[in-house]
Amino acid sequence: MTKAARPSAEPLPPAAANGSTASAAGAGTLLDLSVEDITVCYPNGHEALRDTSFRLEGGTICALVGVNGSGKSTLFRAIMGFVRPASGRVRIAGRSVQSALKANLIAYVPQSEEVDWSFPVSVWDVVLMGRYGYMNFLRIPRARDREIAEESLRRVGMLEFRERQIGELSGGQKKRVFLARALAQRSRVILLDEPFTGVDVQTETAIIGLLRELCAAGHLILVSTHNLGAVPEFCDSVVLVNRTVLAAGPTAEVFTQDNLVRAFGGVLRHFKFDESTVQKHDEKAVTLLTDDERPLVFGKGGHLEYSHRAGKENVIAERAEEEGDR
Amino acid sequence: MLDSLLTPFHYDYMLRAIFVSGLIGCVCGFLSCFITLKGWSLMGDALSHAVVPGVAIAYLLGLPFAAGAFATGLLAAAGMGFVKAKTPLREDAVIGVVFTAFLALGLLLISLKPSGVALQTILLGNILGISDFDIVQIIGVAVGALLVLGLKWRDLLLVSFDPHQARTLGLNVAGLHFVLLALLSATVVAALQAVGAVLVVAMLVTPGATAYLLTDRFGKMITLAMTIGAGTSLVGAYASYFFNGATGGCIVTLQTLLFLAVFYAAPKHGWRAQRAPQAGRPAHQAERPPRFLPNGGAPDATR
Repeated sequence: MTKAARPSAEPLPPAAANGSTASAAGAGTLLDLSVEDITVCYPNGHEALRDTSFRLEGGTICALVGVNGSGKSTLFRAIMGFVRPASGRVRIAGRSVQSALKANLIAYVPQSEEVDWSFPVSVWDVVLMGRYGYMNFLRIPRARDREIAEESLRRVGMLEFRERQIGELSGGQKKRVFLARALAQRSRVILLDEPFTGVDVQTETAIIGLLRELCAAGHLILVSTHNLGAVPEFCDSVVLVNRTVLAAGPTAEVFTQDNLVRAFGGVLRHFKFDESTVQKHDEKAVTLLTDDERPLVFGKGGHLEYSHRAGKENVIAERAEEEGDR
Repeated sequence: MLDSLLTPFHYDYMLRAIFVSGLIGCVCGFLSCFITLKGWSLMGDALSHAVVPGVAIAYLLGLPFAAGAFATGLLAAAGMGFVKAKTPLREDAVIGVVFTAFLALGLLLISLKPSGVALQTILLGNILGISDFDIVQIIGVAVGALLVLGLKWRDLLLVSFDPHQARTLGLNVAGLHFVLLALLSATVVAALQAVGAVLVVAMLVTPGATAYLLTDRFGKMITLAMTIGAGTSLVGAYASYFFNGATGGCIVTLQTLLFLAVFYAAPKHGWRAQRAPQAGRPAHQAERPPRFLPNGGAPDATR
């Protein structure tokens, strides 16, 4: 198992990275993504990002969090080479973005709104598009391409839908097809733009499970999301953006109430238990329901609370210790 | 009766017209798949009018018409791209301004030297009176376009469907975009002779639109659109013998009739099928998605 790599706001020399991630990735080279002081301006003069830096390593699931218009999409575009930064640079495994794209290092799972669902392509066609980079000039799939495409579809549970036109799928199924395409691409860096929008809870859980598997295999996964409650559930690190990087690092350190208020200003709704009608007799038997997104809960003093105790034994032990000190 | 139906085949000019029309219809059909899916119908219309000054200049200077038309076609496309990038105007407004400017220039040029060019030839086409050299030009353009499309249609498909994915795969998206634009200009030039500038856009849209209603697979759509384009062009050119030589009118009318029939009767996307969704059409999205558990069926611990 790989340990979660720590991202840092300052670019680190590659030597500082831990070796275990590289061996888990299986390719022998160190996988890292470093965004170095990039500033991005659009032709109309609007500055979308300024002096933005952070660094991530393989074996990480990192959430990119910020309000609409904070430069999340711009950062994604810069990492994929769609926009050229006015200054600074993006390096992937020590290469330039263009060379990383040529080497099939980066896969992208688009937002559902970006896709033309009436296009006459089947699920199978879409997944094979992930293999184009490995195909010859005519893009004729070989046996190996078909094998990998089939395996990718099976992995997301969509193999039996391979002949469907993509518009005939449900929201969750659509997402899974594009995830399968990213799997078929065999890229070690995977970018997902709002993967949980329009997706049922079951698919969300399944996607999270799959991302964890990829992370354990040494992939670097960057998820752009506004679903704050999901972040502590599956992301081991967070980059908070608002025109620049406000904070970057392990979720428990960065995903704090103070930082979120800084990133979101007054945009977030609050439900404070001490100011609410929740009383002592409710104790911990309070149930939190939310219509579309997972709730984000902070405990006393602003520390993160998780929805399940399993796997968080260290957190519970820590809290118990604090209790004992008092 | 049979004799009179076979009469067109006795004339050399008719045979040539039928062959050239069929070839053009075939190329236009292939390209129409991309035009309809990319939302470039208006662009096709604009380019087909923007080539008029090029043809006029080529005639005046005695150059091959294809060269002149191709040059002004690309110039118009570049002009639209430039104006669109430099102003916040909507794309359709930019296209409207640029193509009418080119068409007006073309009409002016023709009116300056009316004896050199027949306006009617450019606007309505004259495949029955086509010269050998023009046929050579058309065959060159058509074969070139078919070759590029045949070799690179998968890349062009990906760029049309998902340019972001094309970029992450390292494809040259801007280059492929230009290839498609150049193919469009070249095909417009070829089709100009058969149906004229006014009706070129029908050749570039209707076969693709018809095929789109018939299938959900891009590969099939290409085959269908090419068959429709070639078939209607062959029959239309043949029929024009009986309609006083209005080849463009015959071809496009046929295409329209076929489109209407498909629009009504297409098995899935037709009007009839849409009105009665239960009849033979799979109920989309109605069934439950299958369980998808990548961790081998164990319930997720975090939920």
